[in-house]
Amino acid sequence: MHRFANPSRFLRLGQAVLPWSAGLTVLLLAIGVPWALLVAPPDYQQGESVRIMYVHVPAAWMAMFVYTTVAAASASALIWRHPLGDLIARAASPVGAWFTVLTLVTGSLWGKPMWGAWWVWDARLTSVLVLLFLYLGHIALANAFEDAGRGEKAAAVLALVGFVNVPIIKWSVDWWNTLHQPASVARLGGPSIHPAMLWPLLVMGLAFTAFFVTLLLMRVRSEFLGRKLRALRLTQAAQGMAEAPAGAEVS
Amino acid sequence: MTRKRRRLTLALLALSALAVATALVLNAFQDSIVFFRSPSDVVERKVPAASRFRLGGLVEEGSVRRLDGEATTGGRRSAAVAFRVTDLKHSVEVRFTGILPDLFREGQGVVAEGRLGGDGVFEATEVLAKHDETYMPPEVADALKRAGRWQEEGPKSQGGGK
Repeated sequence: MHRFANPSRFLRLGQAVLPWSAGLTVLLLAIGVPWALLVAPPDYQQGESVRIMYVHVPAAWMAMFVYTTVAAASASALIWRHPLGDLIARAASPVGAWFTVLTLVTGSLWGKPMWGAWWVWDARLTSVLVLLFLYLGHIALANAFEDAGRGEKAAAVLALVGFVNVPIIKWSVDWWNTLHQPASVARLGGPSIHPAMLWPLLVMGLAFTAFFVTLLLMRVRSEFLGRKLRALRLTQAAQGMAEAPAGAEVS
Repeated sequence: MTRKRRRLTLALLALSALAVATALVLNAFQDSIVFFRSPSDVVERKVPAASRFRLGGLVEEGSVRRLDGEATTGGRRSAAVAFRVTDLKHSVEVRFTGILPDLFREGQGVVAEGRLGGDGVFEATEVLAKHDETYMPPEVADALKRAGRWQEEGPKSQGGGK
């Protein structure tokens, strides 16, 4: 891991990977979207509404995966003082928040026609809402201090504490009875979803993952450059002050 | 012990303490986190009488009856309907006036919200359909039904008594 402790080495590697991950995102979306929305069969009960799943489920996977990334990056920053940890956590958090919003909105749009309700307070829906608040808290906390380092440290602690929510989301549907259905893909006894629907779902899942990797590389780079810029401005300002004649501020 | 080592131990200890605390809290609130009660809970009187709660289970085959009286809700005609909700051990009679979700049918999982009347009939104010985790094209569902393998390969019993 410490091979990449040097941020500029990581950024060089990121620049090399970026065109590939961006190309993969476009390719997978170009296959997955028409497959899911046009080719895949309707469901025997849900009819055409099942197509919402091809966005909802990958978005929900990503919401949890991105949070796990944020927590892992925060742990590496807190424990090993890894210089990239804070950058990655800061860059990933808003992306995860948007995936969570997408999960909640598409789920709501599906819930109204299928269940008969836009929203219910069952364990699955509530724990995903808590995930959104954790993301928002993380973003706010990281930016709440004048000194970026202090904010990042506080945000890292929040990210680690909030990680308990991820297993709760995953197994909420098994531990308690909920209105939300249990897992269809990652479950004991194999997927309970027909291959004609499973394959486009998996392609969409990979497309979302490639999209996240692309965004993360771009955002880490811009976070890094922004930080460098601030440091440069600070040194410049300090030099300016040193060069100015004593008493120049009093005028 | 290096400082990194100490921070790692501290983080691991704090996180495991947090995990244990969360597990204890969730366990203590087990009863309030469940979204619905099963007909068995009602029959065994585990649900406090006269309080609002949600009743979940399968709509018993052959139990759906239209009652007299019609109302208009949100521009759609809704009728009074009675059915039994079962968890395959016990069942409870439910009465409801309003719009039923599209997925509502006999054998389907439902969650009804309301309260238990003195006559043992559950007066529902809202009925939600519970969808299961099985996704398949209509042709496959038909083929399974024709082959008589619906029960083993088709949807497992939804909701009820978990």
